Amino acid sequence: MSNIPETGRTRRVTIRLVVLQILVLSLLATLGGRLWYLQIRTGSQYVAKSQGNHIREVVEPAIRGEILDASGRVLAGNQTKLVVSVSRTSLLQQKDHGKAVLSRLADVLGVPAKDVQEKVRLCDAKTPQPCWNGSPYQPIPVTQQATTQQAMQIMERREDFPGVTAQPTAVRQYPLPDGANAAQVLGYLSPVTDDEVSKSADKTGRDRRLPSDQVGRAGLESVYDNDLRGTTGVDKLEVDNLGRVIGSAGGTPAQPGNNLVTSIDARVQKSVEDNLLQAMSDARKTVDTVTNQPFAADSGAALVMDVHTGRIIAMASAPTYDPNLWVGGISANDYQSLTNQDSNYPLLNRAIQGQSAPGSTFKVVSTSAAVQAGYSLDGHYSCPPSMTIGGREFKNFEGESFGDISLEKALEISCDTVFYGLAYDQWVQDGGIKPKANPGDWFFKTAHQFGLGAKTGIDLPAEVTGRVPDRQWKQSFYDSNKDAWCAQAAKGGQAYADQIARENCIDGYQMRAGDAVNYAIGQGDTLVTPVQMARIYSALANGGTLYRPTIAKAVVSPSGQLVRDIAPHVDGKLPDDDKTLQYIDQATAGVITSGTAAWKFAGAGWPQGKIELHAKTGTAEVYGKQTTSWLTTYSADYAVVMTISQGGTGSGGSGDAVRRIYQALYGVDDKGNVDTGKALLPKPQTDLPKFNPDGTAVLAQATFLDPVQPAGTSGGYLALPAALEPARVSGSVNGRGRA
Amino acid sequence: MTSYGSYRPVRLSPQRGSVARALAKDSPLRRLDWIMILAALALSLGSSLLVWSATRGRDSLTHGDPQYFLYRHLTNLLIGLVLCAVTVLIGVRRVRTAVPVLYLAVLVILVTALSPLGSRVNGAHSWIQFGGGFSLQPAEFAKLAIVLGMAVVLSARVDAGEREMPGDKSVFQALVIAAIPMGTVMLMPDLGSVMVMAVTIMGILLASGAPNRWVFGLLVAGSGGAAAIWQLGVLSKYQIDRFAAFANPALDPAGVGYNTAQARIAIGSGGLTGMGLFHGTQTTGQFVPEQQTDFVFTVAGEELGFLGGITLILLLGVVLWRACRIARQATDLYGTVLAGGVIAWFAFQAFENIGMTLGIMPVAGIPLPFVSYGGSSMFAVWIAVGLLQSVRSQRPIGT
Repeated sequence: MSNIPETGRTRRVTIRLVVLQILVLSLLATLGGRLWYLQIRTGSQYVAKSQGNHIREVVEPAIRGEILDASGRVLAGNQTKLVVSVSRTSLLQQKDHGKAVLSRLADVLGVPAKDVQEKVRLCDAKTPQPCWNGSPYQPIPVTQQATTQQAMQIMERREDFPGVTAQPTAVRQYPLPDGANAAQVLGYLSPVTDDEVSKSADKTGRDRRLPSDQVGRAGLESVYDNDLRGTTGVDKLEVDNLGRVIGSAGGTPAQPGNNLVTSIDARVQKSVEDNLLQAMSDARKTVDTVTNQPFAADSGAALVMDVHTGRIIAMASAPTYDPNLWVGGISANDYQSLTNQDSNYPLLNRAIQGQSAPGSTFKVVSTSAAVQAGYSLDGHYSCPPSMTIGGREFKNFEGESFGDISLEKALEISCDTVFYGLAYDQWVQDGGIKPKANPGDWFFKTAHQFGLGAKTGIDLPAEVTGRVPDRQWKQSFYDSNKDAWCAQAAKGGQAYADQIARENCIDGYQMRAGDAVNYAIGQGDTLVTPVQMARIYSALANGGTLYRPTIAKAVVSPSGQLVRDIAPHVDGKLPDDDKTLQYIDQATAGVITSGTAAWKFAGAGWPQGKIELHAKTGTAEVYGKQTTSWLTTYSADYAVVMTISQGGTGSGGSGDAVRRIYQALYGVDDKGNVDTGKALLPKPQTDLPKFNPDGTAVLAQATFLDPVQPAGTSGGYLALPAALEPARVSGSVNGRGRA
Repeated sequence: MTSYGSYRPVRLSPQRGSVARALAKDSPLRRLDWIMILAALALSLGSSLLVWSATRGRDSLTHGDPQYFLYRHLTNLLIGLVLCAVTVLIGVRRVRTAVPVLYLAVLVILVTALSPLGSRVNGAHSWIQFGGGFSLQPAEFAKLAIVLGMAVVLSARVDAGEREMPGDKSVFQALVIAAIPMGTVMLMPDLGSVMVMAVTIMGILLASGAPNRWVFGLLVAGSGGAAAIWQLGVLSKYQIDRFAAFANPALDPAGVGYNTAQARIAIGSGGLTGMGLFHGTQTTGQFVPEQQTDFVFTVAGEELGFLGGITLILLLGVVLWRACRIARQATDLYGTVLAGGVIAWFAFQAFENIGMTLGIMPVAGIPLPFVSYGGSSMFAVWIAVGLLQSVRSQRPIGT
């Protein structure tokens, strides 16, 4: 049919139509290409944006795990508070945007309606506090202190209070079981900082910090934060363009944190805390014969360690504070009172952060050093009232003299001059003021072998190292202080300090004879921490094994299943052979029966025949202050160490207190009768507590309590049976209240 | 026909039944382009699901009936199909004679929309509201009027055999014919429609074989004018930002930028196969404004993914490809120009509409042909399909 003329088309029109067709095609191809680019090439980024657009997360805080003592008593738990909160999402869906509901709520809570309205409004540039600073999808707490009656009114008239909930919510609480405080061991929580929130923003699950989180900042709360912190639950809500909730996009429920079982025994802890405070208050009533002032006893520390494992059974530090001050956010006033200069820093854990010269308690190290250096344990050494070394006179305590005595006797009676002599002899052998190339330095080497001058690695934060003033330290100390000393010397003053500065400016790097001999009796620049001494005396008790001190025994799931066992860790051995250990054992037992501590132990009715104790007293001199009292002791199972700053002599300041701790542990009365039924802990506890199916610990009935006898008569620090103690029972129920 | 006394001419074809007649080679039904009709029908029917998905949760618009827009969209389609059939039945030849009347009628309703009788929607005085929720957007019909009017003027002397190509006079007359409705729409102001009209006019001039100087002259004049408006600061910063927000949503974050950003999120998150009909989170969350009309493509992008979106574009491609075929096969310049105008109109309007949802074209309030909810647009495009079908019916049998 092509013979019919096609009048519509000239050549130009045909070309133009082809051009038109190509243009159309290229437009469509452009759309296809762009569509591919948006959806396939870069689609994933829009998926994320779309999620962010329509998903709002509501956070459900996880219940923090409890910190338990060795028997399952709650040292740090959770308390249930009735929190009334309001959901903005639900308020906005109401006709009057929730006005009526809020005023009804204000009536129930007994506060002006304006207060409630202000609490639930959102903060912005123009809105002053009070206002809600969090996510508008998060229920906004109106009060944390609702009474049960108020909560009932709200929950029973749900139709009158749409969007309002009264829910029991877990809040950290330190129930002080059996009166045990342990504030510095437990530590405290404080809210997460903005910085921490933003740093973890790209993480998921439990690694992500949310603005509502609390973080462990000190003590066990800090070290085991990862275990104790649960996994925050997230409810994902789908919302529309106006923020109205149109559905749920799933989410994850909150998972409570794991519980931490410690080796602390709350009853022993209480006893140690009380006895430390008692010793300090006794010291303050005792007049120091040197200064003719009562002892200041400004601070102190005491701890009990299981010698077989290095586990801490009690650890006390004075001055102390109530850990519950931190709960629900510490007030500015309280914080001031815990941290200002007059407070004497109760936040410090002086058992691991307090360091002072060990005094004569160091002599077990010096004895071991002497043996290593080749001195015979059977030899006799002169104990004159004083020695002149390097132009200075070094005296025995109160100028005592005992003639030639064995090392055992020297330890027992704490004869300084014997150790002066040994240290001086060694110093001379090592070359004196011009040391040889490889000095023996046995006294310093042994101290390092005993773990001094280094952290013990205890599972608490911010432990200090103490100091072994060896040649290396002298040099570095000189390098950093030379300028100051020389400046002071140049002023030409004649005070004692000025003379010392003058000497130090010239040859402060030298290990002088005086340094060496002073060091041998735990004086001079030597610094140790109580936990270091407890570890050493534990090792003396257990045959020479240095354990790493630990407080945590195990991590247990909220349902009571073992998650992780924290086994004892051997850090090393003492350099002593068995003979030396036996020798020291005998000498330190002598301290109890006839030595420096005898008047506080054997002489005070301690049944040494039944329960053998070992001790070494220490009375460390501190320039410009009263003496530091040290008492380091051990039995077959426990090492007990106490130190009191400006507390007097070792036995005088701490003797009674340490004896009373042993009396409590073993059930010994003041006359020396042993009643194992009254013993708090005749043997260290090795098993973990048993747990009920709901995760609470099964607390053993205290066996010493006569059922007829009223609970209150069994003594100040003896525990009540668990079942009678309402705080513990309600605490445990509340802590697990979340179904 | 010559008469041979009582002799009755023998029928050249045998007597046939109505069904057979409808299917016969010379039947009007067989002369329709079914591929185009089916593609356009697929677009319109498929779009009813998109409109439904976009509106079923918008209680403020649907008065609580989730199917409100679905039914209305289908009703519009039905009316559109009837208008299409009527147009085919009337045929382009008869329409050609009626063009002046139609043209004037459109001008009347355009002016009515501008007058106090019209209504202002979204800032433009471009609607005429009737009772019962019915309303009319005259700009859609103005496009038809321009196509028809220009086709008549440009082809008159050529189809009469007087000239091979439209002369300067015809071109000038045609431009005047187009300028009157276009100017009226500009006064509304409905700049999106003006933009489509401008491109349609260019398409018509191109297809008509008008002299190159007119085609290129207008192109240069148009771009020059745009550049001048830009440079001379006729537009405020706000207007410029609004225009440029398609590329950088931050320029107008609460207005056009929001639409652009949300549309892009909706389409981008669709991926290859989409989230499934009724399951798009941007759509159910009503994050994209005007989603059943101007931004209807975002529903396809989010819920049906790349496969759905590309199918929609391909269906539009089929309609346009068939339209190009009709333009080439038209038996006179009138048909060619008419088809060329419809092609330019459909192609640019589709490109502009989808392009703005994809962030490559500035945002303008114009519907996606066959797909967007809206009666005026649906009627206008189906009448245009009817015109194309009628042009095709003019061609000799067998081609």
